[in-house]
Amino acid sequence: DGSDVDNEEGSAAENEENVKGTGKGTKRATPRTRRGHARGRDRHGDEEDEDDEDGTRRAGHRRHRSRRRGRGAGKEASDSDMEPSKSRKNQANQKSKEDDEEEEDEKGGKNGKGKNEKKADKKPDKKGKKEKANKKKKDKKKSGSGSDSDSEEEPITEEELAKLKEEVEEKKKLIATLRNKPWKMKKKLSVLKEAQLFVDKFEGALGKGKGKKFYAYKVMMMKKWMKFQRDFENFKTACIPWEMKIKEIESHFGSSVASYFIFLRWMYGINMILFGLTFGLVMVPEALMGKPYGSLPRKTVPRAEEATAMNFATLWDFSGFAQYSVLFYGYYNNQRTIGWLKFRMPLSYFLVGVGTIGYSFMIVIRTMAKNANDDGGGDDTSFNFSWKMFTSWDYLIGNPETADNKFASITTSFKEAIVEEQESRKEENIHLTRFLRVLANFLALCTLAGSGYLIFFVVRRSQKFALEGLENYGWWERNEVNMVMSLLGMFCPTLFDVISSLENYHPRIALRWQLGRIFALFLGNLYTFIIALMDEINLKARYLFPFTMFDIYLGNLEEEKIVKYNMTIWEASLYNGTIPENSTAPPIQVDPADVPRGPCWETMVGQEFVRLTVSDTMTTYITILIGDFLRAVFVRFFNYCWCWDLEYGFPSYSEFDISGNVLGLIFNQGMIWMGSFYAPCLPAINVFRLHTSMYLQCWAVMCCNVPQERVFKASRSNNFYMAMLLFILFLSTLPAVYTIVSIPPSFDCGPFSGKTRMFEVISETLEHDFPSWFGKVFGYASNPGLILPFILLMVLSIYYLNATSKSYKEANLELKKKLQSVRTEN
Amino acid sequence: VYRLHGRYHEMAPNVVPMDYTKDPDVKLPMQLIINMPELKENPFKERIVGSFSEDGEGSLSFNDFVDMFSVLSEMAPRELKAIYAFKIYDFNTDNFICKSDLEQTLNKLTREELTAEEITLVCEKVIEEADMDGDGKLGFADFENMISKAPDFLRYYFKQK
Repeated sequence: DGSDVDNEEGSAAENEENVKGTGKGTKRATPRTRRGHARGRDRHGDEEDEDDEDGTRRAGHRRHRSRRRGRGAGKEASDSDMEPSKSRKNQANQKSKEDDEEEEDEKGGKNGKGKNEKKADKKPDKKGKKEKANKKKKDKKKSGSGSDSDSEEEPITEEELAKLKEEVEEKKKLIATLRNKPWKMKKKLSVLKEAQLFVDKFEGALGKGKGKKFYAYKVMMMKKWMKFQRDFENFKTACIPWEMKIKEIESHFGSSVASYFIFLRWMYGINMILFGLTFGLVMVPEALMGKPYGSLPRKTVPRAEEATAMNFATLWDFSGFAQYSVLFYGYYNNQRTIGWLKFRMPLSYFLVGVGTIGYSFMIVIRTMAKNANDDGGGDDTSFNFSWKMFTSWDYLIGNPETADNKFASITTSFKEAIVEEQESRKEENIHLTRFLRVLANFLALCTLAGSGYLIFFVVRRSQKFALEGLENYGWWERNEVNMVMSLLGMFCPTLFDVISSLENYHPRIALRWQLGRIFALFLGNLYTFIIALMDEINLKARYLFPFTMFDIYLGNLEEEKIVKYNMTIWEASLYNGTIPENSTAPPIQVDPADVPRGPCWETMVGQEFVRLTVSDTMTTYITILIGDFLRAVFVRFFNYCWCWDLEYGFPSYSEFDISGNVLGLIFNQGMIWMGSFYAPCLPAINVFRLHTSMYLQCWAVMCCNVPQERVFKASRSNNFYMAMLLFILFLSTLPAVYTIVSIPPSFDCGPFSGKTRMFEVISETLEHDFPSWFGKVFGYASNPGLILPFILLMVLSIYYLNATSKSYKEANLELKKKLQSVRTEN
Repeated sequence: VYRLHGRYHEMAPNVVPMDYTKDPDVKLPMQLIINMPELKENPFKERIVGSFSEDGEGSLSFNDFVDMFSVLSEMAPRELKAIYAFKIYDFNTDNFICKSDLEQTLNKLTREELTAEEITLVCEKVIEEADMDGDGKLGFADFENMISKAPDFLRYYFKQK
């Protein structure tokens, strides 16, 4: 049977060659149809052969290939008479492709499947792709030349044409959808073969040959483009820093812990940008183009401090040499432009300060909006468990470690889903729960009140000590306030944790309550602290509590007056005479280090913030090392010789404290925002701190912590963190904005010295650097009569947008419900 | 395909011939195949190989081999992958995914870290979610319906060579 088929094919082949050799003529039509018949028979034969061994097929294919080549050769002969250069080009291409194929044939293994089958196989093999494209091109070209030759033929009748068209379309569709069929390979191959043959033969007859070349080319380009896009996406994902670390943590500890690290990474990004701004636009120009160290009084270490200026202790405290450098506000000169670029330093300083705040607001709100979109949009949980079961394994994993991680993450994810499910199924005894919750809140309030009172008490006491002179008291009394505040900060959250176990909330909600309570604790402490100090502003106790800016500033004011007075006296002493009213004597050369300095409250404030950040960092690291690491070591090694099981009872391994760390991060960032206007070095320090913190915490988590018992999904928590961040941002920009707008800058230091208000830089710039009409326009625009309606308009638009978004959400929910009901009906 | 053949050949050089013109009847046993690096870490490797195997025992001829990789490749369309995925998860090959199939799947996925009640909970939930015709197990229609809505499905069935 097979041999019959072969013979037929062989004879058909011979026929072809003969026919082609003789060139065109009306004979064309008939041989083709004859061939068609022969093909028809072939086709049937093939179908019978379906379950034959591969061998015959392969042999058949071999012959087929040679036939094709033969045909190609024949075509060339016939084409040689053809006029259009296109066909000649086709020919040339064809020839080269033929050569290619032949080469590859010989090169490749004697895999009988050969090229045809290669094309039939759907390998994402690039070679395969090209070959497929080649083959398509060849097809098209052949049909192209076929059609050319046809144009000289009498057309086939309309009916036949239509029928042929249909069949060709059918075959083409079959070819296209062949991949989708779950048949065995052999069947697919055979069906493909005959369909291709059919299309080959008859496409020419329908004169659709031209233009397909572009199609094939386009298809190939599309594939290449898609591959490129995919590679690019992969590359971009690989570029995200710390992605692998975070994935590892996520797989072992769950998404809530990982969300902290993602938050940390996001903060790092923001700080990098802030760092870029302050460094590039403020610190570098001043360092490069401003007057160097030592040229101005404000830039030099005063004579009195010179001896200790370079000591490590002084530097660590950020005074001495560090104080009189680009790191702090005081160094900057108030010259309007510096250097040959005419860089407007004060303007830049001002704008960078405002810009950092503006940028931070923008990005926090943008992230909130994005999170809101992600959450509210498509939270389709209809097949939650099924999807987890069937689609969570990543088939690409080939590395055992990655596989471990993946298993862990799948397990964790299942556990999370189970927790969610259990929570939704829990039946509550409402009254008991409510009572317990009320009780818990009451306890929390008591704690807050207690800590507030404690701080108040301690502050009063230390003021009493100060009045009596600090020397009489030891270290504890001196630092009582700081110590008490830190201790409160350490123990109250644990207390809150214990209280929250009464409440029996879903872990995510419990986390929020925890965060809220700790937040309230810190704010409350700060507030009582400031209140306690308010009464003391009049007393000169400011150098004991260098925390409040307000305090410092007021102290500064008085000092300024004193210093100004002193300075005039000092100048007069230089002239060895009376104090002339309108002195026109030339300035005497004095070493800048000797000039008496005015107080520079901005630098002092900046220093305070920097010191605070540094000490905060140190505290965090030490807590991690002691609290987590040493504890883990202790539990691990002392477990053998201890009475009770350390690992299960107290103290056991610590869990990762999400809320504490998140709050720490947020408050730290608040301090940065507050202080970066006065100390441009703060973002830099923070970048460094976040960088090291990331590595240290990742290591500590993997090494010393155990996953929580109830892992939960953290998807909605991100917006909660953002909301807190926004609040802190707002709070921390208030002081800076207040000082910009209402407080005169120090007269002796900083880029705004000499002005009555810091924002006068803007008006100065407008006058000098912009054309006059600009100033006028600005003047009109800042008229309150214009601004108030504008604000009103914005409020109204906010209201409107809010209303529309609510209505969209509702419509969305309705549609979802409809979908759900339609689905369940089916 | 040359590469595939190279891999196939690598696994058992003495058995797999380079020349397929005479169509030798060569099948590779399952053990060899599941040691391939791409499959080694996969918890479903036996099932994958099993569902492509012609003789049902898990030995793959070269045709089957190519079949398998073609379905796992990114060029295969969604419906095709769904069909084969169903076969993979159907452990007892009764053309239904019943509760015990689900339990086995879950155990393989989590390496048996979940407790028994958690396992039953999950399996019940799955049947509850996906079973449309109410027969207590998942037929192919149920599976297809559920999978077609899953966003992650295609992503994880990709295989790049």
